[in-house]
Amino acid sequence: MTKWTDERALEVLTFDLENEMFAVEASQVREILDLVTVTEVPHSDPFVSGLINVRGKVVPLADLRVKFGMAEKAATIDTRIVVLDLELDGDPVTVGIRADKVHEVMEVAASALQETPKVGLRWRPEFIRCIGKRGDNFMVVLNITRIFSPMDAAGGEARTAVLEQPAA
Amino acid sequence: MSGSDPAQIFLEEAHDLLVQLEDTLLDLEDRPADAELIDTAFRALHTLKGSGAMFGFDALAAFTHHVENAFDVLRKTKRAPTRALIEVALAAKDRMRVLIAHPGTAGGGEGDAILAELSRVMADSASGDDGPVADRGHAAGWRVRFRLPVDAMETGTNPLLLLDELGRLGRASVAALTDDVPPLEEINPNACYVRWDVTLETAQPRSAIEDVFIFVMDDMELSIEELAGESVTAVSEAAAAVTLAGEAVAVVPAGAAAEQKPAGAKSADTIRVPAQRLDELMDRVGELVIAQSRLKQIAAASADASVKSVAEEIERLSLDLRDTTMGVRMLPIGQLFSRFRRLIFDLARDLGKEIDLVTVGEETELDKTVIERLSDPLIHLIRNSMDHGIEDPADRAAAGKPAKGQITLSARHAGAEVRVSISDDGRGLDRARIRTKAEDSGLLAPGAKLSDNELFQVIFQPGFSTAATVTSLSGRGVGMDVVKRTIDGLRGTIDVASSAGRGSTITLRLPLTLAIIDGLLVRVGRGRYVIPLTAVEECVELSTEEDARSRGRSFLNIRGDLVPFLRLRELFNASQPADRYQKVVIVSAGEMRVGLVVDQVIGDHQTVIKSLSKLHADVEIFSGATILGDGTIALILDTVHLVEYGQQQEDRLKAAS
Repeated sequence: MTKWTDERALEVLTFDLENEMFAVEASQVREILDLVTVTEVPHSDPFVSGLINVRGKVVPLADLRVKFGMAEKAATIDTRIVVLDLELDGDPVTVGIRADKVHEVMEVAASALQETPKVGLRWRPEFIRCIGKRGDNFMVVLNITRIFSPMDAAGGEARTAVLEQPAA
Repeated sequence: MSGSDPAQIFLEEAHDLLVQLEDTLLDLEDRPADAELIDTAFRALHTLKGSGAMFGFDALAAFTHHVENAFDVLRKTKRAPTRALIEVALAAKDRMRVLIAHPGTAGGGEGDAILAELSRVMADSASGDDGPVADRGHAAGWRVRFRLPVDAMETGTNPLLLLDELGRLGRASVAALTDDVPPLEEINPNACYVRWDVTLETAQPRSAIEDVFIFVMDDMELSIEELAGESVTAVSEAAAAVTLAGEAVAVVPAGAAAEQKPAGAKSADTIRVPAQRLDELMDRVGELVIAQSRLKQIAAASADASVKSVAEEIERLSLDLRDTTMGVRMLPIGQLFSRFRRLIFDLARDLGKEIDLVTVGEETELDKTVIERLSDPLIHLIRNSMDHGIEDPADRAAAGKPAKGQITLSARHAGAEVRVSISDDGRGLDRARIRTKAEDSGLLAPGAKLSDNELFQVIFQPGFSTAATVTSLSGRGVGMDVVKRTIDGLRGTIDVASSAGRGSTITLRLPLTLAIIDGLLVRVGRGRYVIPLTAVEECVELSTEEDARSRGRSFLNIRGDLVPFLRLRELFNASQPADRYQKVVIVSAGEMRVGLVVDQVIGDHQTVIKSLSKLHADVEIFSGATILGDGTIALILDTVHLVEYGQQQEDRLKAAS
């Protein structure tokens, strides 16, 4: 789990969401698509409200904005879909997430990674693996498996959980 | 690859052998005198023992050895197995399964108990009669000529051991015929070129000699001739030359070899493939079909004749490929039926009833997944028939029926569906009792007029049971609702027919495959949805007056029946304005009907079903998704849930008014 604490660098894919830079582990990324036609699934969780066709597979499309309490935003010419291969409860699951803009795959040295600070973040700490540095900016490396795992009984509100211990 | 792991191969082989053994034992119950069956059982046991020891299943080998011995005795003495022996052998077979699954559980008291029982049963049956040991010992001896297959030694046959075994039967003089041995430079040191001519002076019957070759008989040439007196050359008239080589089966003795041959040939033509690879193949083919329909659209818009002809060619090929792939996933239902023979054998004993199982249409093919999921519902239905349907032998005699009850499992194709039915010749369903019980528990309105089939559907309601007493088998009122749910899940339906005193028949109507459905493609707002065609009853237009009027009550008058309807636009929160001429698709689930208001009925659509990921597991109104010709995704409506939803809404409306 704590791959970033050993001496090797962590390879991540960086992308933008609402002027914040986020990153996911590159090993979880299957491919990056231009925005395709999205089929809405009525009565579904707003977080995964759509389906897309990824090479003949029906793949759920998630919008991280819902999880991070950001306002909805229309697609732009830069909007991309990052297709991820995850393992949820032991089963492989392919999901897509929307990104306002995808930057690059980069290596982050272990020294440039820091543990999630306990205060100063608006988001649920267990969603975040660590904070990385990219030039002068920070990026938030997501614990993407945790984000897609079913919510605990406490439910989805982000603010209430801020003072919890970060996920080990 | 796990497929090449020898221990894994042994496990698969052992599984097959145990299935074969069980089948053979159950066959023996019907035809105890069939020597061929005893041979088959013996061979299965022998192979289990041998391969088991080879792969380190020592406990299994040791245990199986005793059972094998018992069958060897039966085989040699031509004694028919008793029912008690078959029961012990079945118990022993179960024990072997345990020993294979958990090799560590060696030396359990259970195994010893089975072996003790086995030797007791063997002793019993031996004292009963000496058995018709073939006393045709008048023959002075036999002339045995044989040639082993060239690769015999590579496959583990040792000719010396065969000759030794022959020698043990009597005084043998062996001549090796070496004329087929090639020149030295062409000799393969592992091949067997020698033929043998053995003159055997013995009182043993022909079968004793055949037994020596029992494991190699299928591939070898063997001729056994009776010796008249001391003359080596004379051939008795009674002797039949037996040649068992490849296709050239000249005279086949009424023995094991005749049946063995086709079975052997068949196994060489089939291969084992992990089921997951078939699923992957089906996925790929599904994608191909989708890509092909996109190509078709492009070709239709193109003016280039060669593009059109290639597109047509690809269409034909990919549809053929789809059919072939689906065929690969089809399995005969017989393998499922044969699983129930044991169940019926055991249950009949527990219940003290005599019951025959008749199976019809075992060769009917069904999708692998359907067959797997049918197992549980069929077990429930068979138990029910045996416990409630078929009467005690005394009651049957009183009703003038044969003491032995009969359960018939049958399967047949009917159009795009398969009908699997379970019939018994028992007492039939008790209409009055079902009705009373249903009215008491509030499942039926008192005095409601119902057809038999409608009334009998009540037995599939959760918690419904007419049984006065709860037995270990059934009567708790769980089970039949599980049957119903499983069959619904397979998109099938259940028909019940029964006549008092004559028995009942429950027919499961199932789709051929789960991978593809015929659907009706409809449009609601901007979204497109697929409604399974089996659920669709009819489509009618929703006139503007009806539309305006029905804002208040949401009922349609379909030829005098009031049918509630759901506006899918509202259900799916469609934002676009509605079409001027909306359509209503009437769908049914069981006895209930509901109308679904859509903007447009696009048409027939054959659909490769893709299941939704677990992230959408909570969305019940869709059973899956499919990819349309233009690459977009359409959701498949789950009509059972939609109808339930519609009925609930109707109930709420009624309650509110």
